[in-house]
Amino acid sequence: MNLQFLLDGTLSGAMIGLGAIGITLTYSILRFSNFAHGDLMAWGAYAALVAVGAILGGPVPVLGLSFGLPLIVATLFAMMVASGLALLLDWLLFARLRARGQAIIVVMASFGASMALRNLLEFIFTSSPVYYSSALQIARPIGLGIRITPDQVALLVLTALLVTGMHLYLTRSQRGREMRAYAQNPALARVVGIDVSAVIRTTWIIGASLAAAAGVMVGVLVQVRPLMGLDLLLPMFAAAILGGIGSVPGAVLAGLIIGLSEAAAVQFIGAEWRAAVAFAILMAVLLVRPTGLFGVTER
Amino acid sequence: MSAILTAQGLVAGYEPGLPIVRGASIHVDRGEIVVILGPNGAGKSSLIKAIAGLVPISEGSVVLDGTDITTLPAHRKIRAGLAFVPQTENVFPLMSVEENLRLSIGIFPGRDARGGIDEMFALFPDLARQRSLMAGSLSGGQRQMLAAARALVVKPQVLMLDEPSAGLSPKFVEQVFARLSDIRATGVTILLVEQNARAALAIGDRAYVLVEGREAHEGPAAGLWDDPVVAELYLGQRKEPA
Repeated sequence: MNLQFLLDGTLSGAMIGLGAIGITLTYSILRFSNFAHGDLMAWGAYAALVAVGAILGGPVPVLGLSFGLPLIVATLFAMMVASGLALLLDWLLFARLRARGQAIIVVMASFGASMALRNLLEFIFTSSPVYYSSALQIARPIGLGIRITPDQVALLVLTALLVTGMHLYLTRSQRGREMRAYAQNPALARVVGIDVSAVIRTTWIIGASLAAAAGVMVGVLVQVRPLMGLDLLLPMFAAAILGGIGSVPGAVLAGLIIGLSEAAAVQFIGAEWRAAVAFAILMAVLLVRPTGLFGVTER
Repeated sequence: MSAILTAQGLVAGYEPGLPIVRGASIHVDRGEIVVILGPNGAGKSSLIKAIAGLVPISEGSVVLDGTDITTLPAHRKIRAGLAFVPQTENVFPLMSVEENLRLSIGIFPGRDARGGIDEMFALFPDLARQRSLMAGSLSGGQRQMLAAARALVVKPQVLMLDEPSAGLSPKFVEQVFARLSDIRATGVTILLVEQNARAALAIGDRAYVLVEGREAHEGPAAGLWDDPVVAELYLGQRKEPA
């Protein structure tokens, strides 16, 4: 049996999980499903592409990686672009609609924003896929018949760092506590003195930054194209729900479960069953635990 | 005596043109415990929430220690020194007792969080024993204690409470009011809305009776309950809720 699917599943699961963190935070704090989240991911990937090409003069491979310091700097730039875009969308669209209090209207607006962002990318960059680097990667065997490239190792480590950092931020920092408090009870949050607009800004910045990081990873491991975010949108939502809304560890673990089960489906059943298997698992878990893996029943 | 909190001619309500508070004026002197009483629907809760910044004020003013805070948003009033404990859902259920306190004091970055929390644990020993328990799993009485501690940990000048004894067993009601006396002894001024009039008047200095959104009577807490005017104001209401 070829166990390579375990690694492939872990990698795509890591990217799904990173993206799902933003979705789960937006859902629990701003109380709506942001369907434009995948497009923040794609915009992040393209922002990094522009930065790495135009400003930093190419990806410059180092240490056996297909990319080097310039792409890492470009990723930071991509995080800022995606955050700025998210804050702009919130100011222009979501905040105004949120004030009227109907979540479904905000959700529909995010659909519209998603389409506009995606089409704008196609307009600027065309729909053909592009790559950060054409450097060749040699996959090395690590036992059990699994082979891994240096890029893949680096990105798994980066994901682990981002997720751990995020978890510590939410549980240990004052702003993180404020975000969790606001998710639990927005009215009481104001009473205890929490600056709600700062909490909302932080939520967007974190969600968009992680989406941009995930976008760059997809770009490194697969390719950069305008539809890349849309393709990952449903698995990301599935991970956010499966993990339990509001839970960062839950979103990541569920991302891995979905990534692995999709890869297993491709390996053992057939590529056309990929999405079906992930959703069958989602539904099975929700039947047993309606709040998701790490979800808690509030009040 | 100098007033530390004054509300003057307050008109407030959730819907424009439909005020629940209709021109109420009250004041609280430094170090006092003032009780707001009144029949159901008199606007007691709305009055205190308007002062806290949670119900929109359309007319009148709120002055705290010489500063006009009428238009200050709710989250800035705590920074000005005015703390509020809502009647229900007044703790964060999915955070531990200690984290609820840490969140609250964390609003003031320069403060000694550890010291502040330990002070609260000294004041409320029950909470110290349950510091790592989720607030949502506390009993009703302990939850009220935590809500009060969460408001006090930031050392406000004035503490406002909306019916702290609602839904508590008589044993806890007694405890809560005894604790409020202790809190006042530490120098905090208290403004309190209460249905449980007899118990509140026992610890209060002064009281207002609110009727149809404005104060109808004001006087020393002692003897207020036997005042025929107050009985008159409660006419048609059961005078002493069980």
